[in-house]
Amino acid sequence: MATTSLRTIGRSVCRVSRRGFSTSCDDKLVQPSSKSTNLYSAINQALHIALETDPRAYVFGEDVGFGGVFRCTTGLADRFGKSRVFNTPLCEQGIIGFGIGLAAMGNRAVAEIQFADYIYPAFDQIVNEAAKFRYRSGNQFNCGGLTIRAPYGAVGHGGHYHSQSPEAFFCHVPGIKVVIPRSPQQAKGLLLSCIRDPNPVVFFEPKWLYRLAVEEVPEYDYMLPLSEAEVIREGSDITLVGWGAQLSVMEQACLDAEKEGISCELIDLKTLIPWDKETIESSVRKTGRLLISHEAPVTGGFGAEISASIVERCFLRLEAPVARVCGLDTPFPLVFEPFYMPTKNKILDAIKSTINY
Amino acid sequence: MALLHLTSSSSRSNLLKPISAALSYSPSLRRSISSSAADDSRTFTIETSLPFTAHQCNPPSRSVDTNPKELLTFFRDMATMRRMEIAADSLYKAKLIRGFCHLYDGQEAVAVGMEASITKKDSIITAYRDHCTFLGRGGTLLEIFSELMGRQAGCSKGKGGSMHFYKKEAGFYGGHGIVGAQVPLGCGLAFAQKYSKDGTVSFALYGDGAANQGQLFEALNISALWDLPVILVCENNHYGMGTAEWRAAKSPSYYKRGDYVPGLKVDGMDVLAVKQACKFAKEHALKNGPIILEMDTYRYHGHSMSDPGSTYRTRDEISGVRQERDPVERVRKLVLSHDLATEKELKDLEKEIRKQVDEAIAQAKESPMPEPSELFSNVYAKGLGVEAFGPDRKELRAVLP
Repeated sequence: MATTSLRTIGRSVCRVSRRGFSTSCDDKLVQPSSKSTNLYSAINQALHIALETDPRAYVFGEDVGFGGVFRCTTGLADRFGKSRVFNTPLCEQGIIGFGIGLAAMGNRAVAEIQFADYIYPAFDQIVNEAAKFRYRSGNQFNCGGLTIRAPYGAVGHGGHYHSQSPEAFFCHVPGIKVVIPRSPQQAKGLLLSCIRDPNPVVFFEPKWLYRLAVEEVPEYDYMLPLSEAEVIREGSDITLVGWGAQLSVMEQACLDAEKEGISCELIDLKTLIPWDKETIESSVRKTGRLLISHEAPVTGGFGAEISASIVERCFLRLEAPVARVCGLDTPFPLVFEPFYMPTKNKILDAIKSTINY
Repeated sequence: MALLHLTSSSSRSNLLKPISAALSYSPSLRRSISSSAADDSRTFTIETSLPFTAHQCNPPSRSVDTNPKELLTFFRDMATMRRMEIAADSLYKAKLIRGFCHLYDGQEAVAVGMEASITKKDSIITAYRDHCTFLGRGGTLLEIFSELMGRQAGCSKGKGGSMHFYKKEAGFYGGHGIVGAQVPLGCGLAFAQKYSKDGTVSFALYGDGAANQGQLFEALNISALWDLPVILVCENNHYGMGTAEWRAAKSPSYYKRGDYVPGLKVDGMDVLAVKQACKFAKEHALKNGPIILEMDTYRYHGHSMSDPGSTYRTRDEISGVRQERDPVERVRKLVLSHDLATEKELKDLEKEIRKQVDEAIAQAKESPMPEPSELFSNVYAKGLGVEAFGPDRKELRAVLP
């Protein structure tokens, strides 16, 4: 899971004006310094900044007061107090409903669901309450301040209930945004954007990368734009689209393909809805081929939506069918995780068969 | 020998009051030879350590009938569970067990006491801390360790792992991963039992963390409305993951949480109290519908293997419970004080258990991984119907149902 070549700081990093609430932190933040940081620490930094820059921001969820199971909320309760960073009972539906109410009163509610696999008890609150609040009240009310953080995806040995990638369920719901970062530097900037975005956002964090992905992360407050995909590797033969932890797998496939003379363009979608069709479209117009890869099962995955949209837009430019290298249509397995996963070799094979179509 | 135990136990008696109370009982028992105690089924009574606290019902008697055979079986079963969980801990740390692993040590009296008053025709359903409940239902060590390591000999063919143990023929409905989700399911089992009218009940186990999930109350309301023979067993180990009960529950009196549903608070570290309570609850449920049992218990390990279990509670608290309330030690003292076995015999028994556990682990390691085709089986009744090949799975082999 090397992310070395993802270490370049995104072109779109932007400084934002800050309202200083603590001078001692200001000194640190004003320095445009970067530090080698892993993904969970980057999330932790973003949460510190979010709470610091907005006195009406709150962070809560199961065990977050102690730092959370992945240490993402370490130190927050000590620094900002138990009235702003607190544990909730094991009650996902309650956590999200509570967050919607909090946000409806103009606060920023950053709710953590301990694993994305546990988000289903809260599905009704997200789909029926959060997503449609603005629409059905004719814009009188909204819960735009709500951001739901949840670790998703495989971790090598997570088994059935600690490995799933449920992003596609939420991509079917107009009214919420779904964002997935690929690296520490991305995670910090995207999370801050999500927290400050005037719409409810589901932010899935690749738990495999929490400790594994390390890169230079600016210590200051910056945001990365939502709904903007990023070309992280330019190429001319085939376009590869993915998000989150899958990008580092895809990147390795790109490197191997390059050795065989295939030039791959790799795109990080970052925001799944509303997604950046233009970036993908212009890339596919250039390469004429598209491969999408995600960990979630292939059928009904978000790759299907991308595939359909691109076929609509670039039908005559496509030189091969769109390839999808995804999880299998089985429940996430325990011992068969290596078979289930869309691995580098599967991607490499699909790249070759698409090129040779 | 007997007197020796008597005096030594008495000097420590302020830790375990019920044992000293039991000591004063029937001198004739102490004459029984320990070697034959294993087959001795003469009944005598022992007082539970603490009184039951009841909500909307009259509590059962504190005097519990037992016999030498039962007490020795309790000791063996609980000591096996303890050893098994400690072995699982090492296997996890050696990375032979993958996935998530939640250990039961400290709570053994609940699984063992419950089994003592119900039959295998009654149903049990629990959450993810399910190893010992499965063993209590008659599962074998080999099935447990094989399942933990994802091998074919496992009780779920290696496809479930630690959180997903099942034993259909013994009415064990598993092994569920999502906090609280098994309780409505357990009420559904009781719904079926209500129709079958065969005098069986369902025990739906959950923790103090799950007690705050809304679906519990929804299911309880329906069960009470229709007088379903379901017993909601709250295994209150006082921590929902890393959150102490009082931080998560406005009222940590979980036995009263049912409001209109009767409840009973039980010392879940006392296997005889658990036995008495479950007997009482089964009779109640068959006659009057649902009842809540709150088992006051404790887990020595953290929530799961990734939780050291010491950041949200003190080490003194854990060692204090070990010293004063440990369920296995309680039974050991009862056995010794009643002269049912000597200290050496119990030690030998523990050695034997240790050997059995080690053998089961060795055997489980020999069991092969599941066949790769198992990845596609059991998704639907007739399998997935499709096997996929090739990098992007465009080549399919379809099996029409």
